[in-house]
Amino acid sequence: MSFFHRHRWATPYLLLLPGILWLALFFLAPLGFLGYQSLESGSYATGYEFDWAFSNYWEAISDYHTQFVRSFVYAGLATIAALLISYPLVYWIAFRAGRWKNVFLVLIVAPLFVTYLVRTLAWLNILADQGPVVGFLRDIHVLGPDGRLLATTFAVVAGITYNFLPFMALPLYVSLEQIDPRLLEAAKDLYASSFQAFLRVTLPLSAPGIVAGTLLTFIPAAGDFINAQLLGTPRQYMVGNVIQSKFLELIDYPAAASLSFLLMALILLGLLVYARAVGTERLTG
Amino acid sequence: MNPRLTRNELLRRGAAGGALLAFPSLLAACGGGSGGSGDGGEVKDVLNFSNWTLYIDTDKPTTRQTFTEKTGIKVNYFEDINSNAEYFGKIQGPLSQGQSIDRDIIVLTDNERYLGLTLDKGWVEELDKDLIPNIENLIDAQKSPPFDPDRKYTLPWQSGMTGIAWNEDLTGPVTSITQLFEDPKLKGKITVLNGMADANGLVMLDNGDDPAVVTDETWKSSIDRVQAAVDSGQIRRFTGNDYAQPLAKGDLAAAIAWSGDIYQLQSSNNKLRWALPEKGGMIWTDNMLIPTGGSSPTASTYMNYVYDPEVAARIAAYVAYVPPVKGVKEILAKTAPELAKDPLVFPDDEVLSLTHQFDPAALNNETYNEEWQKVLGA
Repeated sequence: MSFFHRHRWATPYLLLLPGILWLALFFLAPLGFLGYQSLESGSYATGYEFDWAFSNYWEAISDYHTQFVRSFVYAGLATIAALLISYPLVYWIAFRAGRWKNVFLVLIVAPLFVTYLVRTLAWLNILADQGPVVGFLRDIHVLGPDGRLLATTFAVVAGITYNFLPFMALPLYVSLEQIDPRLLEAAKDLYASSFQAFLRVTLPLSAPGIVAGTLLTFIPAAGDFINAQLLGTPRQYMVGNVIQSKFLELIDYPAAASLSFLLMALILLGLLVYARAVGTERLTG
Repeated sequence: MNPRLTRNELLRRGAAGGALLAFPSLLAACGGGSGGSGDGGEVKDVLNFSNWTLYIDTDKPTTRQTFTEKTGIKVNYFEDINSNAEYFGKIQGPLSQGQSIDRDIIVLTDNERYLGLTLDKGWVEELDKDLIPNIENLIDAQKSPPFDPDRKYTLPWQSGMTGIAWNEDLTGPVTSITQLFEDPKLKGKITVLNGMADANGLVMLDNGDDPAVVTDETWKSSIDRVQAAVDSGQIRRFTGNDYAQPLAKGDLAAAIAWSGDIYQLQSSNNKLRWALPEKGGMIWTDNMLIPTGGSSPTASTYMNYVYDPEVAARIAAYVAYVPPVKGVKEILAKTAPELAKDPLVFPDDEVLSLTHQFDPAALNNETYNEEWQKVLGA
């Protein structure tokens, strides 16, 4: 007891200690090791040696820039789609669902009770060439008689959108739910139309939710590889697929590590640009 | 889809997450279970056996159940091998650290580099031949393979052929790689096996090249053809065993496929057909081995059991691959005469003249492997 009295200044650090240790052990140490590995050279058969092989990074960019670009395009499309789908949905839940609010929220989260992989495999059946969805789309001539959804870019982006939708919807819901309805009444009193009130009051107040939602969706989506692997073809493969195959199939650790580092760096860079553009106060609400 | 695939993919996903890059040993932890106890001299009461899908009998009583009745050894059978590369990637982490992967038998194919790699690295336990008197039933052709001349570490599980399968509901016979890669009616409805020898062997034969002697030129023209079929959208995906369900369901019209798989799938979809391409197909052998930490006496007891011709005949009757055990044909002639006459199960001279093996030097060529991986999309 007296120790803590005498060393009051230490208390916050002691409280931080478990978190810092956790981060050091499970984030910083692996990260350092990954960085070390990314500068090794050699082959699986002969073994890898550390020799500042910065060429790994250059090779990663020159060989796989297509997959990098694709990852960010797919993640961006999925993020926009998830925002457009979930905004009206959670708007309705927050303002109109009344006592059913919790039921609808559970419904949004419900898919998360099922494993990520199983959810994606389910799409294999939903979009199957001989399945009802494709059959219907062929009947109404949206798809040609030989048209298909599986193994297309559409299927991959749709899969990512579906899988990360709850991460967009939940932060959005929280920020919409917190809006004081009296603010909207005040806007109407000041002769704002419903649309103007939405544009001037609701939308700006929900901005922190939009920002949090887009980040929570975009970041994991950019590193995803399951959707491309199961719902796409090699022409849809993302950088995650390359890392996966380098790491587990070619057992080329340096290449896998440098690709992972590049992906992280690019996401971080994107994050900084995004934070600058929207202002940091919105990131924290 | 097969639930084992789920687990398999999950491990891959977890591992590729990045953190595990630093701790390959964590992969071993994912394997679950108690961890093997090394090559202890005793027969244990549980056998952990990893194999490919569609590769053992499942009609009750199964040969595994009979084995348990006879010996008291329970068989935990995992269908968690979908491709050699994938599976090797999963197990090499713990094995390279001298840790057990909690398996007593695994099955790898001789037409990819991974079987040889596992043996070269010494990640295997020796067979306990005192416990395998039935080894005398091993067919002569398999007695002395180059990777294990004295059969000290490996025994064949089954052999099989790589050819082309198609779904009659969606297409007529597909009898050549040219047709598979170029017929516009098949566009986006075919898959190709991701094994280097499986795929390129067939393409080389179609090109008029010999897959047993691969040169830089024949290699290049083969992968260029596969790449062109990817770029044109003809090839939908590269697969391991996982072509089976989509083909049976009708998402695929045709696929480069393994002989016995299609025979088994015919019981649920009689529109499936399989044939060696006109210009020839590939033949290979899957080998059982005991990974480091597995129980050699337990595994050897099981191997002895499946080398009993009666047992081998029961498995062969179900999987319809080429059994490596003498005496099976005679038994099947009584129990399943159709199968005993099937040249794909007991290859005759005509089939043997059409089947080829892949150049082992090419399998280990680092450049070829990297180039092939790029064709696969990564």
